[in-house]
Amino acid sequence: MYGVALKMLFGDRVKYLGLVFGVAFATLLIMQQGGLFVGLLERTASVINDAQEANIWVMDPQAKYIDTVRAMRDTELARVRGIPGVAWAVPLSKATAAIKTLDGRIDNAAVIGIDDATLIGAPHRFRVGSVEDLRGPDAIAIDPAGFKRLWPGEPIRPGKELELNDHRAVVRAIVEASPAFTAPIVIYARYSLATNFVPQGRDRLSFVLARSLPGENPDAVAREIADRTGLGALSSNAFAWKTIRYYLANTGIPINFGIVILLGVIVGVAIVGLTFFMFVSDNIRQYAALKAMGATGATLARMVLLQAAVVGGIGFAFGTAFAASFFQFATRPDSELRGMNLPWWIVGVVAVLMVLVLLGATFASLRRVMVIDPAIVFRG
Amino acid sequence: MAGSEPAAVTLRGVTKTYGEGETLTLALRGVDLDVHSGEITFLVGPSGCGKTTVITAIAGMLTPDDGQITVFGHDIRAMSQHDLTRFRGQTTGFIFQQFNLLPALTAAENASVPLLIAGRPAGEATRAAATLLEHLDLGPHINKLPSQLSGGQQQRVAIARALVHRPRLVLCDEPTASLDAEAGLGVIRLLREVALAADRAVIVVTHDDRIFPYADRIAHMADGRILGVDANIAKEVS
Repeated sequence: MYGVALKMLFGDRVKYLGLVFGVAFATLLIMQQGGLFVGLLERTASVINDAQEANIWVMDPQAKYIDTVRAMRDTELARVRGIPGVAWAVPLSKATAAIKTLDGRIDNAAVIGIDDATLIGAPHRFRVGSVEDLRGPDAIAIDPAGFKRLWPGEPIRPGKELELNDHRAVVRAIVEASPAFTAPIVIYARYSLATNFVPQGRDRLSFVLARSLPGENPDAVAREIADRTGLGALSSNAFAWKTIRYYLANTGIPINFGIVILLGVIVGVAIVGLTFFMFVSDNIRQYAALKAMGATGATLARMVLLQAAVVGGIGFAFGTAFAASFFQFATRPDSELRGMNLPWWIVGVVAVLMVLVLLGATFASLRRVMVIDPAIVFRG
Repeated sequence: MAGSEPAAVTLRGVTKTYGEGETLTLALRGVDLDVHSGEITFLVGPSGCGKTTVITAIAGMLTPDDGQITVFGHDIRAMSQHDLTRFRGQTTGFIFQQFNLLPALTAAENASVPLLIAGRPAGEATRAAATLLEHLDLGPHINKLPSQLSGGQQQRVAIARALVHRPRLVLCDEPTASLDAEAGLGVIRLLREVALAADRAVIVVTHDDRIFPYADRIAHMADGRILGVDANIAKEVS
């Protein structure tokens, strides 16, 4: 009878395509918005995630997230280095600077200053050059999207000059930095140079990056640093989540994305649920005929479930393929959406969601099938 | 043909009401009826007299308020709904006024449905259905959809569907009502030719008096009662 169920489904081509479209569209919408939402939140913690050597971040105790920078005294660096369990600690500055290119284009950039001696704190991946190129005079590394924004149409290569808060800087390397949330361009420089680009008064130290000794728990070491110095200290993971939670709680991002995702669910429920219900309702006489001919309620239920599973499977596959294609093509390295992706767990969550939508529609429809009066086939 | 063998279908004192209060309708008022194997029994009477209610009750799709219905010795009122559905699938074939063919299935696939319900493999069921359709002169049409067939051809597919699993009881509800005169006569002749068997009872609900000569017995109904039964009609005609 499964073959009969599938032929009933494919035979009603308009409703079948409507159902597949509904599932695919809802899947695409939720996955696309979900992926962008997660990507956007990841951007808020991009600087933390890019500093891969460090597993502890030390900051002013009032700092709520990565972008509330309240500079500390440079002497705090030595105090952190003296805490048991700390393998090493380096300074990091973070600020926003005004950019002006030689041809007059202006913009803003997040300027990250990393330790002059070790150059720890920069991302690992460079498209052109390496982190060692930052040792040169006035040397900066810029992300590819930032380069294209400042010099559109020009090939990405080092040697370009610009002004950062009226200070001369030269692009010596192209760094594959994760996109920042607060600035369209990301620039890395040596700490001494970065703090010169962005003077912040007497205190310049935005963060101290540290690493726990092998075998030490970074969260425990961070607590030790906080207890002994009175500074704020968190493991990288904890600080990234604290930053994400701050944006979730204090911006309209979750509401806006939540609305779109909810719309996706509503569209999914409306299109898929109602169309499937209509599909079953329109075929109720056929189910009644089958019941009259001896098909049990369980057989009819399995037929309807199979129809829902096939529609859901095909629609979900198309929706996932469309969403994956979107992220494949729309998030190229130099695009505005660079770094965004479709995490596997979003695919899983949407799959569960679609199963629930289809199960809801199926059970609503099944009620009609199960209580169907086979005698209706005798009525003209 | 019936001889002294017990009736295939027996109804005794079957009553059925619909609605209540002022809308109360007495559909069946104590129906007594015997249907014998090897015969075609017509249930005739004016619209609304209870003909379809009787065969719906015989099929076990309607629970009477009172009375007894036995089908091949089984008291169907004593069966659970699940058992009744299975019993119906094994023993009964249906021919409906509106054909009720599945529009997405070919003629052969439609005719094979009772075998599929019985759990036979699809290939085997379709082959059996195709063989029967060829016997009904529908050989060139076995792969056509119902929408590609005429009304008479669709009803012949329905006949094949009703007989493919060799049921002992065939219930036909106004099988000629949706057909023109020629096609209607063709269908009833075919029904008599292929459905009639010594171990099979056929009940036809109709008010199409052109086909009355093809009945072995005619039970006349009015106002929810059997008024009388004429026997040996077909023999008299032939």
